[in-house]
Amino acid sequence: MTEQFIGKLSEFKDGDRQIIRIGDDEVGVFRHGGEFYAYSNFCLHAGGPACEGLMIARVEEHLRPDKTSMGLSFSPTDMNFVCPWHGYEYDMKTGACVADKRLKLRRYDVKCKGDEVYVVV
Amino acid sequence: MDLIADRGRRVSVEELNTSKLLAHASKQVRDRKLDEMLIVDCDAHHYETENFREILPYMENDVFRQLAMSGLAKTRGSVLPSTPGYQDMGGRVSRYPLRSSEKTEPGRQRDVQLGERWMDAMGVDYSCLFPTGMLNVGLHPQKEMEFELCWSYARWITEKVLPEANGRLYTMLCLPFSDPEGCLRMVETFGHCKGVGGYMVTSVRGDMAVYNNAYMKLYAAIQERGQALAFHSGPNWGDGTFKSCNRFISAHALGFSWYNILHCTNWVVNGMGERFPKMPVLWIEAGLAWIPFLMQKLDHEYMLRPSECPILKKKPSDYMRDMYYSTQPMEVQDMEALQTTFRMINAETQLLYASDYPHWDFDLPSSIYDLPFLTEKAKHNILGGTASRLFNLPPRNEKQKENLIKYGNLAAG
Repeated sequence: MTEQFIGKLSEFKDGDRQIIRIGDDEVGVFRHGGEFYAYSNFCLHAGGPACEGLMIARVEEHLRPDKTSMGLSFSPTDMNFVCPWHGYEYDMKTGACVADKRLKLRRYDVKCKGDEVYVVV
Repeated sequence: MDLIADRGRRVSVEELNTSKLLAHASKQVRDRKLDEMLIVDCDAHHYETENFREILPYMENDVFRQLAMSGLAKTRGSVLPSTPGYQDMGGRVSRYPLRSSEKTEPGRQRDVQLGERWMDAMGVDYSCLFPTGMLNVGLHPQKEMEFELCWSYARWITEKVLPEANGRLYTMLCLPFSDPEGCLRMVETFGHCKGVGGYMVTSVRGDMAVYNNAYMKLYAAIQERGQALAFHSGPNWGDGTFKSCNRFISAHALGFSWYNILHCTNWVVNGMGERFPKMPVLWIEAGLAWIPFLMQKLDHEYMLRPSECPILKKKPSDYMRDMYYSTQPMEVQDMEALQTTFRMINAETQLLYASDYPHWDFDLPSSIYDLPFLTEKAKHNILGGTASRLFNLPPRNEKQKENLIKYGNLAAG
């Protein structure tokens, strides 16, 4: 296991992201809700830059007890990131594909040491 | 530039650079050595409405030209009918909202430069360029305006765009199908132009009767010239058929399939394959899943009701196997079903790769190259060999030439 320095914690604002190269892989590192998440930047669909697109709250549809729809709304808690090639959406916290949770982007651990942020390879 | 995310939140993004956006596609080209295969994209698009200031002056009729040109003012209505939709998924497919931010060099057609960027990134050697907004031209209530739009676009693309593309872009000209005589005039006028490989009918039309006697001269003229006829499908959410669809996904998935199913049925049942057996007919941008359905449905009913189709000498599916289909958007979720589809349509000789770039559901050459059940010959044929023969496109390097010869596809160069 090696650790690759990716930047200063103080320079990583919430909502920021970086794309770094690790060996043959590219890794997208996100800071969201105070936490770091890092995933392979190759979309599981067609190989697009999965981590380089829009970050947008998950769209939900809630039902009332009588099964009528309350319509569409943005999740107050769950954030997705979107591959800009075709719109494949991934859960920020798990890297799972929203349309099929069995599909998950390769995940990398992120460590903070003082003011320095590392991706563990 | 900012994109709008949830609850109006603004997300800053860099300007669009197609080469950078498609960097991973370039890696696929290198990893698979796709430059050694001739790759023809039989359906790519540009946004011709952004060039209307150059296109509309080519309209022939003074009154329609004045109407159309004055409509370019921002406060006026559009000269083209449009249908509602969210192709960009609310900015998730970011090349839509960012398109205007992409920089190109002055002095060359912007659409040619953009085309070269995506072709180079994907390893595509030639692309058949189609319009985008004008795919709705068949919804225009005036056949005169439909003709003027198609005519002016044809003059612009053949005089201004294709000559700058170094032979890498070709087209199948959009026909004003509501005006059969106008269609014939276009074939006779533009049929000889460099880069015109055939003609395209926008199939988003509910009342189009492809078997009408009025079109026989047109088909004969196309066949006589050895050119091809394509039907390009699309969605039409505003049509009554789709008004119960409360999500764009429904109208989009059904619309593309529906219009091809409708017109292909009429084409086959009326024996057009018997009448014009040498004219290549292509069905574009509806994916492939509709084809096995229609083959089975028509064969079943034909066996019971042959008296309604007396021109046919074989089953409807046999005529469908004589025609050509573009791959995109290829339904890949059930690989066994896809393999069966390839078998049913004789994909090795009848299927043509298409990207549909830059639209949201584009397919890369790897979508074909990586299929586990295809032979090498099938891959070469589908990705470009068959199109090379149909549209007389030469190889661009020696390795491609070797491969075209190896699989019997060398038609030019």
